[in-house]
Amino acid sequence: MSELTTAQVQHVARLARLEIGEEELAALRDSMGNILTYIERLSEVDTDGVEPMVHAIELSNVFREDHVKPSLSREAALSNAPSTDGRYFLGPAILDGDQ
Amino acid sequence: MTKLTPCQRPVRTLLEQLQVGDLSSTRLTEECLHEIKSQNGSLNAFLTLQEESAIRQAEAIDQRRARGESLGLLAGLPIAIKDNICQLDTKTTCSSRMLENFVSPYDAHVIEKLQQADAIIIGKTNLDEFAMGSSTENSYFGMSRNPWNTEFVPGGSSGGSASAVAANMAPLALGSDTGGSIRQPAAFCGLVGLKPTYGRVSRYGLVAFASSLDQIGPFSCDVYGSAILMDAISGHDQRDSTSLPYPALELTKDLDQPISGLKIGVIEELMEKSVDGDIVAGVRHAIDVYRQQGAEIIPIKLPHAEYAVATYYIIAPCEASSNLSRYDGIHYGYRAKEFSSLTEMYSRSRGEGFGTEVKRRIMLGTYALSSGYYDAYYNKALKVRRLIRQDYDEAFKNVDVVLGPVTPSAAFKKGEHSKDPLTMYLSDLFTISANLTGLPAISVPCGLNDKGLPLGFQLTGKALEESTLLRIARMFEAQGDWKTNRF
Repeated sequence: MSELTTAQVQHVARLARLEIGEEELAALRDSMGNILTYIERLSEVDTDGVEPMVHAIELSNVFREDHVKPSLSREAALSNAPSTDGRYFLGPAILDGDQ
Repeated sequence: MTKLTPCQRPVRTLLEQLQVGDLSSTRLTEECLHEIKSQNGSLNAFLTLQEESAIRQAEAIDQRRARGESLGLLAGLPIAIKDNICQLDTKTTCSSRMLENFVSPYDAHVIEKLQQADAIIIGKTNLDEFAMGSSTENSYFGMSRNPWNTEFVPGGSSGGSASAVAANMAPLALGSDTGGSIRQPAAFCGLVGLKPTYGRVSRYGLVAFASSLDQIGPFSCDVYGSAILMDAISGHDQRDSTSLPYPALELTKDLDQPISGLKIGVIEELMEKSVDGDIVAGVRHAIDVYRQQGAEIIPIKLPHAEYAVATYYIIAPCEASSNLSRYDGIHYGYRAKEFSSLTEMYSRSRGEGFGTEVKRRIMLGTYALSSGYYDAYYNKALKVRRLIRQDYDEAFKNVDVVLGPVTPSAAFKKGEHSKDPLTMYLSDLFTISANLTGLPAISVPCGLNDKGLPLGFQLTGKALEESTLLRIARMFEAQGDWKTNRF
């Protein structure tokens, strides 16, 4: 039985960088608990010696020639950013006051 | 204009009319726009329209046709695009507040292919936010509705695309299918919907949800429509490293040629356990139609199929939690207005920008991948995934195709499942195996239930054998108008 505690859910939310209100957090705790309980049925399956299957069609490494090709212009790359100075993406300062 | 009933405009008929000159592309495009204007208020299938460019393109196609120029495969046919596929200088919102104002700086591979095929892109369609959902109720821009009965959902996550084609707003649409998001809405709306073999269609420009499962595919009223759309969009693309190194398909070529000595595998147990009577009746009817055409029906076992939902709801959220970490409020997308640190800017932007279902999946994935749980959840799921694939490989030693339901029920009412996420997840029981295994699978309409809602059945094929799969689907379709079957 996967009973999640509020503290566990808060921890996961911190890892996922998601700010979640109290009410939503309680709802998530309950629904995640239900889903994880359902998922636990996988422990019934004997998987000894089974290789994990990461991709549906297993291609080995795909290589290409290392040639320069056209890519997005700086202007296009910055065009959807919430804040830029025309050359760079701008975010809040991190050296002062943030851990 | 006369009022059309749902799914009244099969692609095969439209292309014939366009080719002989009974219909112009301009006229067809105007008719589609007319349907959109009169119905989109109630169906909410489209999020954005490209009216002017569509008409302009249609006129250009008509002129080129009049001059006798050679035209692309889809010349003059309007097509709707799920709004998680990037189109240059056009909004791509994924039905999320996070991307409400995102204007794509480039075209997806499939958009380039559609332009080469002379298709006319008419607009972008609604979806469950970031393609996470089975009803299109999880859209930041409001739910879409089922044209057969607007009290019912169109399915999801590609519900807008399905609703658009069923309501004759566009003869073709593209969707994406990560766990059934093309096939389930196709079944709910009386359409043909195909999830190709993983890697058949380039994912370049498809906004990533779960990269090892995502695949773009077609919606249409007839098998021919899905076949010709696949011919146009399939083929290798260097920009997607999982794109298969094979040329474009030619599915329309042998489409009308039945498969002789056809062997169909049926999983009785799974169906008996968890499926509504009308669906069972529809599936049995499809089996009978094939049997009458000489097909051999062979009972098969897929012992791990019952673990597909649990496996999927580990793998898909894990991949989603990783993919969606790119939404950081810096490069593009929503940024919160107030914050006192970088970390708070991240958390608040994501907290405000994502809806509840998206948060739930990111949380599930983050939990399953976090220290101490990785082996128990993610690695375990990857192992069961291989067992599920091995079941199919075993079955395909004896059969050409596996036939079964697409969904446990016909379309459900809006609000019916939205309170309980697990119930919604369980309704994906029959569709997600094709994503986990990478196999191609198609939803084919087979009748209406007593509420007048469409019913579908699913065919799952061997890897890379879309041609066989569509010919088998066509064998059923050719036996008569499915809309006259009542179950």
